[in-house]
Amino acid sequence: MWFLITAALGLITIFPVAWMVSSAFKPNAEQYSFILLPENPTFGNFEHVFSALPFARYMLNSFFVSAVVTIVALFFHSMAAYALARLRFPGREFLFLAIFSTFLVSLPVILVPLFILARELNMLNSYVGLIVPAIFNAFGIFLLRQFYIGIPRELEEAAILDGAGYWRIYTNIIIPLSKPVLSALAVFFFLANWNSFLWPLTITTDSDKWVVQIAITSFQAQYSASQNYIMAASVVVAMPTMLLFLFFQRQLVESIKTSGFK
Amino acid sequence: MPRHRGMSRKHREWLAAALFLLPDVIGLIVFLGIPMVLSLSLGFFEVDGFGTYAFVGFDNYQKMFNDPLFLKSLRVTLIYVVVLVPALYCTGLALALLLKQDLPFIGLLRGMFFLPHVISLVVIGLLWKFMLIDRVGIVNKFLSRIGIDPQSWLGNPDYALGTLLVITVWFLMGYYMVLFLAGLQEIPTEYYDAARIDGARPWQTFRDITLPLLKPTSFFVLLVSTVAAVAGAQGFDLVYIMTKGGPANATSVLIFYIYQQAFQFGHYGYAAAMASFMVLMLLILTGILFVVTKGGRFDFD
Repeated sequence: MWFLITAALGLITIFPVAWMVSSAFKPNAEQYSFILLPENPTFGNFEHVFSALPFARYMLNSFFVSAVVTIVALFFHSMAAYALARLRFPGREFLFLAIFSTFLVSLPVILVPLFILARELNMLNSYVGLIVPAIFNAFGIFLLRQFYIGIPRELEEAAILDGAGYWRIYTNIIIPLSKPVLSALAVFFFLANWNSFLWPLTITTDSDKWVVQIAITSFQAQYSASQNYIMAASVVVAMPTMLLFLFFQRQLVESIKTSGFK
Repeated sequence: MPRHRGMSRKHREWLAAALFLLPDVIGLIVFLGIPMVLSLSLGFFEVDGFGTYAFVGFDNYQKMFNDPLFLKSLRVTLIYVVVLVPALYCTGLALALLLKQDLPFIGLLRGMFFLPHVISLVVIGLLWKFMLIDRVGIVNKFLSRIGIDPQSWLGNPDYALGTLLVITVWFLMGYYMVLFLAGLQEIPTEYYDAARIDGARPWQTFRDITLPLLKPTSFFVLLVSTVAAVAGAQGFDLVYIMTKGGPANATSVLIFYIYQQAFQFGHYGYAAAMASFMVLMLLILTGILFVVTKGGRFDFD
């Protein structure tokens, strides 16, 4: 019985998404129809999305930015987490606390000074400006540190006895062991960056640097009378994240679960 | 194995640590730390778009409390927080309890509730805007078929904020469900078995075993949802896409008003002052949370 209730609630929950997908295939005349499935399904909306605006370019922008941020962030955060979890040095706990406290600093709070800072550093309206500030966030450091604390020390101790330097330990032992966490975080970071809106909105002015989230807001302003086009654009923008979710649901959920433990 | 001359093992470790930490620490200082400090001090200046700074002391703060739009925005934000945090807590917990059970296709079921969360807020805003169109949107068409008068859910100042809250919960509930699922799985089944043997009824079990043992997770959920409600990106994104603060400022949450003042009107100093006030609010709220739960540490005896 619980299954029926849960399934019913689940279907209600995903109904809007289903509605979005089906509306993307409806021709203009059917955009407000009451039935779920289109009577005359068409790919025309998608054709229009890619021809009216250089959406392929914007998808590439989003992909490029998200991928670079993800790779660099994983690299930096795993290094920092390793140091915080394994290396002993004065002020370690204080440093960790300081990093942890940046959780209270969310983008809207620092948006204005960050924008002014980016302007001073000549990062406005550039890929550098899109990528670099997005890398630095304590979440990944925190999660990886949790993970590294849990790794048994024997492997590293054996390597130290063999005379290995810290960099070698990091690359030959720590990194291979962290593959599950790193892949979970990779999915999480990529998703978060693909869906990021406020910072790209603030730092980009040239339309050739638009990420898809910005492009679609411009698109919908132009075609507000044709919801079928807007829904098709929405499907295009949301498809990569939905596919990632389909294939990597487990990883995504794992990274959220582990973040809940202090 | 050659050793660095003059450096002990301990100092080599310090050097290694410094090098490992360098990129992130520099990045965090430059892109989070400095802006945070700047944000606090910028509130005491009047800045225009051309980069001229004029020190104005507490003028911005005085202006704030005489600004009816700011006060309205404060009211809106408070309602938003007071409704959203409990709503997320209850929905997340309810869903987790529901989906903790051994149901068929459990992975698929859990996935359905999490799906909204992977979609960008921009798309969600556009999708719901489409569904809520006044007469021809699917929501109103459906409601009129079951006998409820169609309303302008986004256009009526009385309904707009509530509508926004419903959409926000829909978007976020999967995330909190996962957090609670993780917390529930930490509770040893022996407790439940013992309760069942004692003949405890579901409500008693929930009240005496589940809730107390869920305290760390509850604390984390309340903390994260409070921060998200006050200063989170989802507040901004949805308002920007769907209502731009309207109608009649009914959805003008503080982060949106700050953005407006800074980037629409160019009052950077004023916006920074409001942002500082928002941080203060956040610190007070989280401080209350810490005090009420005694620092988030829980002993189980």
